[in-house]
This record gives sequence, structure tokens and C-alpha cells, in this order.
Amino acid sequence: MTVIVNHSEMGQGVFTALPMILAEELDADWTKVRFEPAPVDPVYNHPVFGMQMTGGSTSTWSSFDQFRKAGAAARAMLVAAAAQRWKVDPAACRTENGTVVHAPSNRRLSYGQLAEEAARLTPPSPVALKDPKDFKLIGRPVKRLDTPEKTNGKGVFGIDVTGPGMLTAVVARSPVFGGRVKSVDAERAKAVPGVRKVVQVPSGVAVVADGFWPARRGREALRIEWDEGPMADFSTARQRQQYAEQARQPGLVARKEGDPLSALGSAAKKVEAVYEVPYLSHAMMEPLNCAVDLRADGCEIWTGTQFQTMDRATAAEVAGLKPEQVQIHTTLLGGGFGRRATPTSDFVREAVHVAKAAGAPVKVIWTREDDMHGGYYRPAYYHALAGGVDASGNLLAWSHRIVGQSILAGTPFEQAMVKNGIDDTAVEGASDLPYAIPNLSVEYHPMKVGVPVLWWRSVGHSHTAFATECFLDELAAAGGKDPFELRRALLAKAPRHKGVLELAAEKAGWGKPLPAGRARGIAVHASFESYTAQVAEVSVDGAGKVRVHRVVCAIDCGRYVNPGIIEAQTQGGAIFGLTAALYGELTFDQGRVQQSNFHDYPMLRINETPDIEVHIVQNDEKSGGVGEPGVPCTAPAVVNAIFAATGKRVRRLPIRMSEAG
Amino acid sequence: MISLIVNKRRVDLDVDPSTPLLWVLRDNLGLNGTKYGCGMAQCGACTVHVDGQAVRSCVAPVSRAAGREITTIEGLSPDLSHPLQRAWIEVDVPQCGYCQSGQIMSAAVLLKEKPKPTDEDIDQALTGNICRCGTYPRIRRAVHRAAELAAEGGRP
Repeated sequence: MTVIVNHSEMGQGVFTALPMILAEELDADWTKVRFEPAPVDPVYNHPVFGMQMTGGSTSTWSSFDQFRKAGAAARAMLVAAAAQRWKVDPAACRTENGTVVHAPSNRRLSYGQLAEEAARLTPPSPVALKDPKDFKLIGRPVKRLDTPEKTNGKGVFGIDVTGPGMLTAVVARSPVFGGRVKSVDAERAKAVPGVRKVVQVPSGVAVVADGFWPARRGREALRIEWDEGPMADFSTARQRQQYAEQARQPGLVARKEGDPLSALGSAAKKVEAVYEVPYLSHAMMEPLNCAVDLRADGCEIWTGTQFQTMDRATAAEVAGLKPEQVQIHTTLLGGGFGRRATPTSDFVREAVHVAKAAGAPVKVIWTREDDMHGGYYRPAYYHALAGGVDASGNLLAWSHRIVGQSILAGTPFEQAMVKNGIDDTAVEGASDLPYAIPNLSVEYHPMKVGVPVLWWRSVGHSHTAFATECFLDELAAAGGKDPFELRRALLAKAPRHKGVLELAAEKAGWGKPLPAGRARGIAVHASFESYTAQVAEVSVDGAGKVRVHRVVCAIDCGRYVNPGIIEAQTQGGAIFGLTAALYGELTFDQGRVQQSNFHDYPMLRINETPDIEVHIVQNDEKSGGVGEPGVPCTAPAVVNAIFAATGKRVRRLPIRMSEAG
Repeated sequence: MISLIVNKRRVDLDVDPSTPLLWVLRDNLGLNGTKYGCGMAQCGACTVHVDGQAVRSCVAPVSRAAGREITTIEGLSPDLSHPLQRAWIEVDVPQCGYCQSGQIMSAAVLLKEKPKPTDEDIDQALTGNICRCGTYPRIRRAVHRAAELAAEGGRP
């Protein structure tokens, strides 16, 4: 049985979770279940977002009802087909393990024997669903279906696609965003053995060759003069100054309760702090790539994408075809994290241009350096916070100003998703602060900068959780309160937040003694309709080197499908968050990104990986996301643990103990 | 002409001898299980065995591999029977899967040298292999499990 899955598999396990849901209602034989990525067609649109896409930690919950109903309807049709053939009452038939059984006559037929007849019947409506207490697959740590092909090298990622006559291209792009080719001398490049063509495309100059290596050598041999445009003198140092100045002005109001200004004025203690985060690269292990076979009457594309509908429309526009003439074959994604969900379809658009100019089927491969310099980063943000507590340490006031680029501005989503100038993806996690604070304001300054930005695993929560959860810790310290107890008290009316907070604290042994030099920090945050808390155990050595020993995670994602996948995603999320906390930083000077590869944009490695425990809350709440919620709490939990261990506050990521105050 | 022995088969190739082994495997031999991740021996996605040693094929010129025995993920076992592959499936290690060929190839050398590795041995042997999805906790478990399976089954 093959389940066609409408979401892309980028590690989050959707090629297992969605077949599980369908197989559950169908009573299929799980050992015979296979998956296949869906072609592009409106029938495969995201049930919530109305386009074919994967993102927002929605793949499983958004398709839950749909796949249940599909499985149940198919089951009813198979039963009806068997009953017709046997001339018995369908109600006298039952199903098990991929077969329909008529017990009174001791007859059985496999689904395969019935499929053709069943497909001719009309699907029942409404369709009866199983009682969840009868679930055999849903809720269990069923093994992933895609593991074998990911352990023998056979799984096909975009970069692995080959075809008759397919050439490989690498593209020389402007070293500065918005720059354009002024002149190009391709003579030396064309002389490199294996180079077939050098073609100019809107994004730069493509060297098309028999394989990656000659293409890359050809690119090195190009001589290009760039018109670098208005970003030529852009620098991180100046941007930080500019953001700091902007933060002194009132911003657009994302939330306001009470009168924070006067409450701050009358507070027994007032705390002010600035939190900063840099641009970050998604740095998927598989750099971007896209293979295109363009013909007069059609276009075939192979790529790992999260945004099929938009990519198809873009490809059609570039190729001068109708969207229906463009086929996208979605391969496995060697990580996505948001980078392969680009409203501009940058890597697909460019590849179609290259194929068009080259007049041959071509696969464009980005080098690691291209990928890291290619933009669409998590934006840099500046958070200015002020808070006040009374003489007993109770929180009176909270004021939060966020300065940074809007991800949605200038995209097709702006009109529907930006309200009164406020891009929710910049303030989410801050504007919905769950704590009971009587006087509270959250403001936003959208900044226009020529650096392309994008959603990066956990989007706004990747920085708002850091700012809010660290600042709350500062206020706990100012008021002489235990950070866990203060949160607990402020979350009295937020039971799911409180639940994960208590679970993580309990499992971590909050308050219990630790070996000398180690300390714990805690953070709690809701994102993508799930609730998470983490407790980190940290030590800092004399040289300022931070070591994270243990992270205890609690997640409440409501009704869930596969706890094995939830554990993996939450561990992976914490590691993603830890990489950002300890290392992640892209900086600019003279318009150029100064980092280029893993030596200067490091990733957490296995020897630095703490023990990471995951505890999943069991309840019947509405399902939430799983892929991203593991990320936001890690940085604040670690930073709060550093304070507990050293008395020093880290207010800028990545963590540098030399800057801590 | 350069002669290589890849997964126990001899191949003769007419390629630029400075071409990294990775791109010869991928573009000339169609062995796409070995991945490109960084091109500068930083991430380990391209790890293969050359005469039994773990080598980052993205920086190894093919000329250096001439006449040597090269094993790629495709040559590790024909049928997922290698203890590491069995353990990887049992523990459900991969997420996106892109780095896993390299992880397994690095771990295979470790298990040959240390049939019962400690956590520290695993950390040391696999520190050159980045996994952006963060499968490290399960990699550790699976390498230990593979060691058990190998002890039971007499491989690798």
C-alpha cells in the first residue's frame, strides 16, 4: 500500500506520521505500507494554508483529520466491495491487517484483491472514524519508514538527481546583496576542461559543465566586475547602532495592557536590559540545489522544496509556460528549517533561468559558501526591555521593544499576514507573553534592510523566547524570587505552560544539589500551538568556556501521533537551539558576509552534545506542532543557567562570557 | 587513466587527477550515497574508507586513491545487514538523513578498531561528522547497539 504524502520529508518524519494515520483507520498491514511524495496539484494543498507547502510545524496535525477520513473512507469502500462480491451485509464484515473478513462464512480477501472494485464505489459521507482508544498505531513509537534508504545511501536528495544529458552548473553571485554584473570575462573559465558553457542569468554568471568539479573550477576562473549597489558599505556594527537608536523611539503597538510607563515609575525596583541576536544561516547539511529539464512545451524540476505551489508558479513565469506545464518532483530534503520555503523561489527561479540560457537539462548546485552567502537569513533583532517589581518582588510592569526586519514585508503573504504594520513573525512569543503582569506593552519597529530574510526553525520564537525568558529571570533575581517559582506563580492561569514547566523542573530535579560548578536554568515557551519547557545544566570554566551537561525537555503538543519522532524532533530542536546559543552568528562588513563555511560558522558536534531527555505530556488537547517547538527554550535555559553558575548575564547571542555582565 | 578499486570492483577513469574523490564517486561512478556538505573536510558528509581508513573524500584528490581499496556506503553491505545499518534502523537514527552515510562510515572504522567503544570513543571518532538535525543522542545509542550486534553476529 502506497501513501502519497503531500508534505515534504525534511527529517521531521512526515513520511511516517501521515501513513500511520491513514493506515490506522484503514486497518492496513503496516509492514506493507510505503510512501511516495506527492506531485504538485491543488488536491495536495496544505489544508490550512491553501497551497502545497511544508512549514510552520503543521505537517502532521493539519493533515490529521484528512488522513483519518481518507483511511476510514477507503476501509468502508473495501468492505463494501467485499460484501458485494460475497453478497453479504457489509455490517457482518470486519477488517484486520489489510484484509476484509466475513467471519460467519470464514471468508477473507486482501485489500489488494479488492482495490479495483472498491475504487469504483462512491466514498461514504460522513465516514465513521475509530474510537481513539482502539488505536493500534497512533500514539506509539512506530519506526520510521524512511530509515532503510537513509542508511544505505539509496535515498535520493535533490543533489543526487541525474538524467540523460544533465549538466551541472554553479553560479557566481554578487558578493553584496542587490549587486549586479557589470562585466564578465569568461575566456579562462571556458578553457577549463569539462566546462560547456558560461551564461549570464539575472542572479549572476553560471558556469555549466559536465560535473560539479569542472563547473566550480570554471567559476574560479571567471573574471567578473560587480556593480555592488547600495548595500556595498553595509556593516553589522552600524546596523547595531542604528537599531539601538531606533529602540529609543516608540514603536508600533503589538500589545498593551494597563499603564506600563507609570507602573515602571512607581516600581520599587526597575530593571532595564538589551538583548541582541544576529543573522543566522539555516545551514542545512544539503546545500541548495535544483535540477531543471526545460523543453518548449514543458518543464520538469527535481528539488527538495518546502514550497511547491509558489515554486511551480515562479518556474512557469520564468519559462514562459503555464503552471500546469511545470512538474515538480519533490526529492528528499537534506534539511529544510525554512530555507527551502522561499516566497521568491530564489533557487528554483535561478535554476530555470540557467536551464533556459544553457539550452540543456541542468542541475544547479550551491557550494556551502554559496549557501551561507545566499541570504534568506533569520533576521538580526534588538530587544529593549524594562521591567519593574514591587517591594515583595511581584511583577508590576513589563515593557518590550523589538527592532528588526519583517520577514513577511514584500512577500505575497504581507497583505494577509501583516496587520497594522506588525509582522507577527517578528513579535510572536513576545506579544503573547503568558505571564500575568498587570502593566505590559510590546512594540515593534519594522526595519528595511537589503538583506534577504526568512523563517528559520521556530521563526520569531527563536529570538523572543531568548529575550523574554532571560529578562524574566533578571526580574526574578531583582525581586529575590526563585526563577521556577516566579514563573509558576505567574502562570497560574496558563495551565499548559505551567504543566510543562513543572514537568521539566521535576524531571530535572530543580532545587536539588548539583556537582560543584554546575547550575540549572529554566525556560518555558509556547510556539506553534505546543508548550515546551527546558532545564539546562551548565558549567563555565575559568577560560569562559561554557559546557552544557544536560537538557531536560518537556513538551505538550496535545494529542500526538508518534512519540518516537517527537523525542527525536525535540532533541534535535534543542541541539539546533544550542548551536545558535553557543556559535551562530553571521556578520557583515563592507556589504559582505564574513563567515563562509563550518570552520567559522560552527555547528554543535557530538562531543559537545549534552544528555537530552524528552518528556511528553499525555492529554487530549488539540494537536500542536513538533518540528520547531524544541528550539526556543534552549538558549534562555542555558543563559539562565550561566547566571545561576556565575552571577553573570549574557544578553547577546552567541554566548561570549567576555561580554557577560 | 586512473585505476580505483571501488566497493571491490576495479574501475578505470579518465579524469583530472586533482578532482576530489567525492566528485569522481558521484559524477563519474554514480555513487550518490556519499554526500557533499562543505568541500573542506569540516562536516564529514563525504566520509568513505580508503584502505580501511575514514577519509573525507571532498578534499582527497582522486590521484591519491589510485590503486587503493575504496569503500562507500553502497559497499558497506548489499542488504542493510551491517551491524551499524541494523542498529541505525532499530534505533531510528536518521532525520533528514543527509549526513548519515558519513556518520555510518566513520562509525564503521571506529567499530573495527574498538569493538566495544565508550561514549568518549564515539565522541572522538564522530566529532568530524556534523548532523544539523541533531541526531547525535541516537547516534551514540546506535553505535553501542551496533557493537552488541557485531559481538553477537561476528561482524564487522
